[in-house]
This record gives sequence, structure tokens and C-alpha cells, in this order.
Amino acid sequence: MSELFYDAAPNATRVAPARETERHYPDKPSEVSLFGTCVVDLFFPEAGLDAIRLLEQQGIRVHFPQQQSCCGQPAWTSGYREEARAVALAQLDLLDDGRPVVVPSGSCAGMFRHHYRELFADEPDNLRRAEDLAERTFELTEFLLKVCKVQLVDRGAKHRIALHTSCTARREMNTHLHARELLAQLDNVERVDHDHESECCGFGGTFSIRMPDISGAMVLDKTTALRQSGAAEAISADCGCLMNINGALEKQQHAFRGRHLASFLWERCGERQPGGEQ
Amino acid sequence: MNQRIPVTELASDFKGRAREALADSQLRSNFRTAMDSLMRKRADAFSDADEREGLRELGNRIRARSLSNLPDLLEELETRLTANGIKVHWAETVEEANEIVHGIIEAHDGRQVVKGKSMVSEEMEMNDYLADRDIECLESDMGEYIVQLDGEKPSHIIMPAIHKNARQVSALFNEKLGEHVSEDVDELIQTGRRILRRKFLEADVGVSGVNFAIAETGTLLLVENEGNGRMSTTSPPVHIAVTGIEKVVSNLRDVVPLVSLLTRSALGQPITTYINMISGPRKPDELDGPEEVHLVLLDNGRTGAFADAQMRQTLNCIRCGACMNHCPVYTRVGGHTYGEVYPGPIGKIVTPHMVGLDKVPDHPSASSLCGACGEVCPVKIPIPELLQRLRQENVQAPDHQPAAVKGAGSKYSRKERMVWRTWVMLNTRPSLYKLFLWGATRFRALAPKKVGPWTENHSAPVPAARSLHDLARDHLKNPPNGRAGS
Repeated sequence: MSELFYDAAPNATRVAPARETERHYPDKPSEVSLFGTCVVDLFFPEAGLDAIRLLEQQGIRVHFPQQQSCCGQPAWTSGYREEARAVALAQLDLLDDGRPVVVPSGSCAGMFRHHYRELFADEPDNLRRAEDLAERTFELTEFLLKVCKVQLVDRGAKHRIALHTSCTARREMNTHLHARELLAQLDNVERVDHDHESECCGFGGTFSIRMPDISGAMVLDKTTALRQSGAAEAISADCGCLMNINGALEKQQHAFRGRHLASFLWERCGERQPGGEQ
Repeated sequence: MNQRIPVTELASDFKGRAREALADSQLRSNFRTAMDSLMRKRADAFSDADEREGLRELGNRIRARSLSNLPDLLEELETRLTANGIKVHWAETVEEANEIVHGIIEAHDGRQVVKGKSMVSEEMEMNDYLADRDIECLESDMGEYIVQLDGEKPSHIIMPAIHKNARQVSALFNEKLGEHVSEDVDELIQTGRRILRRKFLEADVGVSGVNFAIAETGTLLLVENEGNGRMSTTSPPVHIAVTGIEKVVSNLRDVVPLVSLLTRSALGQPITTYINMISGPRKPDELDGPEEVHLVLLDNGRTGAFADAQMRQTLNCIRCGACMNHCPVYTRVGGHTYGEVYPGPIGKIVTPHMVGLDKVPDHPSASSLCGACGEVCPVKIPIPELLQRLRQENVQAPDHQPAAVKGAGSKYSRKERMVWRTWVMLNTRPSLYKLFLWGATRFRALAPKKVGPWTENHSAPVPAARSLHDLARDHLKNPPNGRAGS
């Protein structure tokens, strides 16, 4: 224990390795449904639209079921199981047509893939449908990289970004390396590391409201690390984290901001006429 | 010796203690530095991911198998220990455990006890109990000795004084021991050791914890680095071990992977300096060891957790502390904020079974569910899942069928449930949801500038001018290449 007094860790970036049991991916489908998520719907709609454009660019017909709302996660993580189940059931009914579902958020995709099973554990019919939905659900970066096998052509100027991966992408969806791979395809984009990259930004849904002091300390550290990374902006595939990070940056009166990966990719690669498999 | 001040009396509640801890920049810096170091050490100790995952899987299976067979294993353990000459005592509550320990010490007219580190004795608040009966109980683990000297409690289960840096320890020694000690860590350690050495020889009774109790051989296994565990279990004429009933495993083969997981997860060590295996008191031809060995097996709510298939997983814990080392909440507020014996993520899921969920109602919420704890747990306890479960138990209506967890339902609020009911209506009726989107986007200029606790650290979120529902509908009406979406 003695050496611990002195032995401070360097500000190392720790990135969890991809897990060995990689998911089996289907061939690229001709149609998908986009589940926009409630945070994107109201606060980052452009990110959702850019996700649609990116998918269309891959020659995929995108459906946006207009009856969609929320995946149910806020109630689920707050302990309101019945309430989460009621909302989940509405989405389950809505997405029952067998199409792949693409979600521009690791945490909502994780809700579909993992927690719907728990919500419907005692209802055989709904459980079967939940398992089917889980199989058809893909996080956006995962879908672009593994199903579409995109080859991005960077049309932007030189740029430095820092990547923020959400905890759910990292630990629930195993998609935390996918955004890195996509960004690595962009010739003029340099990704820089930031301190404690693998640490939570402090959002955690209702955690940020129930424990504002602790959450506030976490997001302060996260925004400081991102700002000090030397990047011009932060990129993330999760709008929950972005709402937290950008809201804190604005309160701190810093100009630095985070942006959704879909918007970033569309800005840099989206000028080509859509439909374009080369 | 100072009477120790229970941490719970220092501040009112979890949130209040968290605020105080967050305001203490020295504390935050001490924890950040220490936790970063521990995280790196663990990562280095498990450099082969395949091996690590294989070992975790094995660890999980061993613990699950032991627990599935717990009553039988405990019986076997008692039989073997008794045959080896170790006296076995059963305690349902901490009061009973303290009475048993006190009874043994009294029977030997003991006045001085020296103790190796044991979390179960912390659970029992044994030092205070004995102090009230004029028995001095000295902590011999260096970290425990430091916090005892300062009238505090441990802030970590492996490194009790991790919240202090060398400068603070030096100041403490200078004040309490009345001799000048520099901030040199070796000098600090040597000073502590010199004082403790004498105590080992003088003590009437030695107390220790147990890392694993092996049923097949009747062996108590104790892992440590400083040698104080070996001293306190061999030097005094009487040795009392205290442990939770869940620490039993079937056989010697089980402990090999568990010890490897424990030491590597805790401090990043391939193995510890000492592994003590105690299988009985001193035999006639032996030179050292106690003349009497006792084991106190404590329940304290563990059977309650055992009865629930999901919560039973809390008993898998081998007390390595990796979950706290990797927890972004623990790293910022430290162990004392939790106000209970077991801090951090594991504390949040084991403590409710010991003291009741109503005594620690904020614990399950004090997590962003980032999953770091579950990712590093050497025996794969799904800590986030269990926190989720406890959140459900917390908001259970009072008239709900017999509570599965002691003290469930204390966070039930009719008002909060109404909020969630409204939320359900909004999210299950598409026309209502769209009306909400329409209102929120159209009247975005009227969005409140203060949104409860959110705006303490953030600017208020302002809805977009048009929702994704609107943008997507318009976009898909005129799709590229004439492909119409729905």
C-alpha cells in the first residue's frame, strides 16, 4: 500500500477492447426503420435527419414510423417497471413489421436489445416479440460499419475532434470502437484522445437530476478533459451524453461543443448524390 | 485511544455528505490519484483479456456453486473445523456476534486485543463494543491503524486510509504519537510498525477476518500484505476469526482462482505477500500459534439476500474493492459519503440487506449506471442490474405484497408515481405525444430558464424549432430517387 501514496497514474486513456463474442451481422437490407429517440426528437432532430440521409446514401429506404415516442428507459432506470413496460409495449407494437431498426443512440438501442427481455420476461408472446426486436436492432454506427460496410469519402478540411463514447455503447452494446473506425476512414480528420475517456460523463438519465452535485462534478471533469484535448469539437453517437456535455459547456460559458456523429459524417461525406453505392 | 466517531453522525444524509466531500479538493485529489493508480495496476495485472474473462467466468461459477450449496457447505465446514479443534460460533445479528467475541475475551481475562483487518468486525462495530467494556482493540493493518488513530472509519474496504496522503499521515503521527515523523512513506510505515510490534507481543487475544473458509479441509484462509494478519493470528494465545456466512467454498482447488482474482482485482498484485491458512490451534509439538482458535459466523441479513434468487448474487462478493476503484461516483465522493461499512457500488447492493433499504434510500440512485463496476467485478456480480432492482424495491407502493428486500418502499411517493403515469400517457398515445412535440417546438421561446436541479450545472435545454417527427415526415415525403418512405 505504501507506494500508492506517490504512484499517481498518468492521464492515460483507457479504452476497453472489443469483446470476443461479436454479433453476427446480416447482409445490407433494402429497408430499415429509424427509431429516433425522444431526446433526438426534441433537442437534436438534425442528428436524426442526418442519420436518415446517411442510410439513404447507402441505398436504403428509411421508414420513420410516426407513432414512435420513447423507448421507456427513463422509467426503467428510475425503478418504475410497470410504467416502462407500458411505453415499451407501445414501441414493440409499432416496430413489429420485421424491418431492421436503426437507433442513433447506444442507450436506447441497449434498451431494445437487453432490457425489453427483462420487461416482458413473464409474458411469452411479448417476450418472443421483444427477442425478435432485439435481434433486429442496430445502433447507427454499428449498422453503418458492420451491416452497410461503408467506405466513407472525406470531403472536409483538416479537423481535430475528440470522441466521446457513451457507457451503454461501451458496456451494453459493445459498439464503442465502431465510431472510432468510422472516423478513421476520414482522411482529413484527426481524432485526439482525452483524459479518462472511458469514464461516464455524469448523465445517467435521471441520475443527473437526482444527484446533481455528483453528476455536476463528473460532467465538469468530462468537459474539462474534452476542452483540454486540443480538439476543435467533440463527437459522440449519443444525444443523452451530448445534452449533458453541451448543457454544461454552455453554463460554463465555453464555446466548445459536442455534436452527433451522424451530423458530422453527413457534413463531411454527404455531398455525394444519394443512392450511391459506388 | 480515542472513541471512534461513527461517520453517520458527522452529517445528515448521503447527499449532504456528498456535497461536503465534493467541496474538499484535497480529498478529491487524493481519491483521483489513488483510483487512477489502482485502475492502471489492475489493467496491467490482467494484460491478457482472454485469460481475464476465463478466470472471471470460473470465479463466478465457483461462487455460484458454493452459494447454491450454502447450508450443506456450512455444516461441512463446522464439522471439519470442530474436528480440527477450532470452536465454531453462529451469530444471527451483530449484537450476538459481539457478545460471543466479548464472552471469549472475558473467559481469558483479556484486556488487550490486536486485530488484523476485517470488514465483518467493522460491520459489528466491534472496537466500540469492546471499548465500552474496557477492552482495547488495536488495529494492526497500517491503513486501519491510521484511521483508528484519527478517530475515523475506513473509506475503502482494502485500503482504509486511501483518502489521506502522506503529508496528512505525517501530520497525524506527529500530533497523536508525539514524535517527529517526516512525510517519507517508508519512515511513516516503520514508525507505525515499531509501535505495533510491541502490541502484538502484549495482546491477550488476536482477531482477524477470513477471506475464504474451506469446507473440505476446515481451513480459514487469510490474504494480506503486511504480516500483521500473521502476527495477530499467531502471537496472542487466543485467535478469534469473524466472517460472514457467505465466505465458505467447497475445497482447496476453489480458492486458487479466487485468490488470483482477488489480489489482481484489488491491488493489481499477482499474489499477496502472505496467504495464511489456519487449520487449527497450536499442536503439542509446534513452536508457535494460538492455543485456542474460534470462528464466529455472522448472518446479519445475508440469509435475507440468499432467499432472493437475483439478490443472492450480492453474496458472490470476494471483497476486492475493484468496483469502487473504477466507480466514477466513489472516485469523486470517497467512501465516507456512503455512511456505512461497505462503500461504493458493492456497498450499495449489500448494505440494504444488512441495515434495510429504508436506512440507505439514496444508495441505489447514486449511480449513473455506467456499468464500470459490473465490468471489473472478478466474480461477475451484475451490480448495475441489482441497483436497478433496488430502485424498483425503493419505489414500491406500501401495500405491495411482502417486500423482497428489507425496508423496501421507503421512497414511494404518490406524486412521483403520478408524474410517471402522465409520462406513460404521453408516450403511449401518439396523438398526445405529437401535440406535446408541437407545443414544445412552437413555444420553444417560452422554455423555462430554470429546470429544477438540472440547471445547477447546465443551461436549460431549448427544444428545436421542428421535431424529428416533422423533419422526417417532410424529408421522406420527397425522398431522393423517388423512393417514398412511410
